[in-house]
Amino acid sequence: MNREGLINASVYLALPVLALAALALDEPFTITLATRAAILALAAVGLNLALGLGGLVSLGHAVFFGLGGYAMGILASHAQSYAPLYDGWFVVEGTKSMPVIWLVAVLSSALAALIIGLLSLRTSGVYFIMITLAFGQMFYYFSISWPAYGGEDGLSIYVRNSFPGLNTLDPIQFFALVFALLSLVLWGMGRIARAPFGLALSAARQNAARVETVGLEPFRLRLVAFVISGAVTGLAGALFADLNRFVSPTMFSWQMSGEFIVFVVLGGIGRLFGPVAGACLFVLLEHTLSGVSEFWLVYVGAILLLVVLFARGGLIGSLAGREVADD
Amino acid sequence: MTTLLLIEQVLNGLQSGIMLFLMAAGLTLIFGVMGLINLAHGSLYMIGAFAAAAVAGATGSFALALMASLAAAAAAGAIVEVTVIRRLYDRDHLDQVLATFALILIFSEGTRWLFGSFPLYLDVPAAFAGPVTLPGGIQYPAYRLLIIAVGLAVAVGLFLLIARTRIGIQIRAGESDREMIGALGVDISRLYTIVFALGAALAGLAGALVGAIQSVQVGMGEPVLILAFVVIVIGGIGSIKGALIGALLVGLTDTLGGVLLPLAFGLFLDPATATSIGSSLASMAIYILMAVVLIYRPTGLYGVAT
Amino acid sequence: MRIRNMMALAVCMAAAATAGLADGHGGKIKVGMITTLSGGGAGLGIDVRDGFLLATKGSDVIETVIEDDQRKPDIAVGLADKLIQSEKVDVLTGIIWSNLAMAVVPSATAQGKFYLSPNAGPSALAGRGCSPNYFNVSWQNDAFSEAAGAYLSNEGVGKVFLMAPNYPAGQDMMAGFKRFFKGEVTDEVYTQLGQTDYAAEIAQIRASDADQVYFFLPGGMGISFMKQYAGSGVDKPVAGPAFSFDQGILGAIGEAALGVKNTAHWSKDLDVPGNADFVAAFQAEYGRLPSLYAAQGYDTGLLLLSAAAKAEVSDADAFRAALKEAEFQSVRGDFAFADNHHPIQTIYMREVVKEGDVVTNKMIGVAATDHTDVYGADCKM
Repeated sequence: MNREGLINASVYLALPVLALAALALDEPFTITLATRAAILALAAVGLNLALGLGGLVSLGHAVFFGLGGYAMGILASHAQSYAPLYDGWFVVEGTKSMPVIWLVAVLSSALAALIIGLLSLRTSGVYFIMITLAFGQMFYYFSISWPAYGGEDGLSIYVRNSFPGLNTLDPIQFFALVFALLSLVLWGMGRIARAPFGLALSAARQNAARVETVGLEPFRLRLVAFVISGAVTGLAGALFADLNRFVSPTMFSWQMSGEFIVFVVLGGIGRLFGPVAGACLFVLLEHTLSGVSEFWLVYVGAILLLVVLFARGGLIGSLAGREVADD
Repeated sequence: MTTLLLIEQVLNGLQSGIMLFLMAAGLTLIFGVMGLINLAHGSLYMIGAFAAAAVAGATGSFALALMASLAAAAAAGAIVEVTVIRRLYDRDHLDQVLATFALILIFSEGTRWLFGSFPLYLDVPAAFAGPVTLPGGIQYPAYRLLIIAVGLAVAVGLFLLIARTRIGIQIRAGESDREMIGALGVDISRLYTIVFALGAALAGLAGALVGAIQSVQVGMGEPVLILAFVVIVIGGIGSIKGALIGALLVGLTDTLGGVLLPLAFGLFLDPATATSIGSSLASMAIYILMAVVLIYRPTGLYGVAT
Repeated sequence: MRIRNMMALAVCMAAAATAGLADGHGGKIKVGMITTLSGGGAGLGIDVRDGFLLATKGSDVIETVIEDDQRKPDIAVGLADKLIQSEKVDVLTGIIWSNLAMAVVPSATAQGKFYLSPNAGPSALAGRGCSPNYFNVSWQNDAFSEAAGAYLSNEGVGKVFLMAPNYPAGQDMMAGFKRFFKGEVTDEVYTQLGQTDYAAEIAQIRASDADQVYFFLPGGMGISFMKQYAGSGVDKPVAGPAFSFDQGILGAIGEAALGVKNTAHWSKDLDVPGNADFVAAFQAEYGRLPSLYAAQGYDTGLLLLSAAAKAEVSDADAFRAALKEAEFQSVRGDFAFADNHHPIQTIYMREVVKEGDVVTNKMIGVAATDHTDVYGADCKM
């Protein structure tokens, strides 16, 4: 195993080790913190497929995060109040079952990603950044002003949703569930990066014209990547809502999209474990710095600036001593 | 709705467009010349407003306050360009977005540290307080007419600067071929600092002018930054003319959307639902406009394909 | 100095009284305060914090842990988990915004913690979502608007123009106004949350038949609207809930706000026992005038001290009963809890005036006596 492999392994294992240590020391909040980091990491892993491999700077991934969150919120709130979701020719009930919620979250965010991708991928560069931002803003303002599901107040779910065979209210069991999903997605993303599709996508980022000459369509490659990417971020959104037992329009805000990009870059863009490292680092900074000073965001800004200017490979890149990922 | 009210609302839309243009002009100039996407432009707007509020509070003179806003924003712009921004010109857009996002955090919290968390006081000068009566009997705030005048003057000034002056020639040359003008002996890094400071000064001026009729507070730059980006993307990034047209389109859509959509839905829905749906749609209107423009013209109205 | 000494004496006596009782139980109360200390809106959180700390200063039974929620619901939820799970607090307080309260309160009270709201009172928590452990020390969201509706009706105002941002608190406020206003609502306009330019709405006001404007635009939105309204030459009188005319905001609006009527449960010139001392002590401690939010934070601290003097927090039923009695000298005068643990209090009408060089509020009358919210009927606990 080379140096980067070692670093990847330690980044990957850091979260469960932390969670188990916290369990042993009876510090349940640390487990919650680790769960938060794992969920944000999952969202960023999703974004990394579009951003790192595909070179698509999406400033609108909060759309999928929020859709996942609202999939959970809407289904669970209907289950909570025993009011059917749809009562017409047939009846659709709400649900508190996590697998069903995840499925709905993934499908609805994939559908949104397909539509947004079809429209946005016609543009490139700054225009792409801005049109994805525009879609994010549309969802944001819509969710604030639409009164049916709480508007800006959001939706509170009183009890965490259930997963067969687990007690999800127990912090360590919920963490294990989240971490298992993160591992599964990381494995899948690793496969995608090495598969012909991933290689072609990466090639299209570096030189689209050359990819076209071998008969592949960059537009299609990017669209597929964007849809998978959105679906993964949507899954993370459903989990995030379950962690907080709450959804609100902030999940759609452009700052949220910005933070996902920050996770990816902080950890190391295009690297499989980069987003994981970035999300962990961000949650750690947020947790420690906010106690230090009222003006702690200044420090976050300074650190981010230094990383962008002087450590282009992010955390993993600096530790491994190489700017570009070799996986 | 009477015709007179409709005319007044159109005027309001144009006026709000001009305010946006002041902000967008600097943003699009910087992108056009240096290829830099600058999220911290909103922070320069905030710096202008805070400098104006501080100087107006100390001296009581609005003219001095405007000068202070220009000076403070240009100075902040020049410092940021020399220390941070010039390292970003040959980076991709992603690095630029992140680094300037980091600058927003630093500027916002730094300003809060200096000035505290409460909004500052900045009022319109006495000479422009109150309304004037326009032909047709429309009463219109004098200060808003002043903003329109300044905005149009800035537009004309920028066109002249770029078309007629030596620095304008260098800017245009730099847009089309950077290496070449360097080879011709133009000091590129100095040119870039000047252009960035100029863009910053425009943002600062906008902040001071608009700050007098809005709230001078930390974070005031972000909403207008997003609107300014919508403007320059619709107009085509790098094009001053596009920024002007885009700003007017956005101003009109935003103003008239907020007024007309609830009325339009009121024709066939009950008033409460119509207000609710109409207001929801109105808040999304400019983003829908932008998406539609980009879908039909992927590089904006006056943008050149890259 | 006399006033400060009196304050110190009062605090010491309260502390001694509580300490005497607490000794018998041997326990302290750990308070977790989640409030907004950075970013936009930090001014409100800072005032609540400072008011609360002023009230509990010198007390050796209350230990307060303060956290910054950045006005983000997910951060607030994380902080609540941290305070409950790792700091093991007994009481939570501090949240400024309705949406953050909705995120934190239901799960905190479900975990058996007490929550005292020093600001924000979403209707859901007053009605069907009420909880025995949730005490609102500020107001239900609709209260100021209901009182304003009643007051303007009594003043004989016939037609009114309503305006608020298009989000739940805005919709609640306007519903509250209409509930008590007997005249005609000619227009009802909902603006975008965070909107900064109100030229279009001002034109609508000018063209409207209404002879009074009532609006709710908190924070920077209200500042922008008032400045622009003053320059427009429209002379219809304006009223609103106090949130847009608080001391911190009036400083930024200046003379443009003169003459505006606003409803509040407190004013710095309110003549009730303890209020003048509070205003003086706050100024001495922090060097600025206290705001409505500071008064609410202060009352929250006093309420907690009064309950701590009577019962041990580990005996939840006794402590809850002690809180419900609300035996403290509120700086708002008479204060009691209704059955849904929301305030019964008098709401006053204030007018913005100039005192010397300072633009500030002056009491002009009572808008609603012993006002309580309408959601209590839905509250089953």
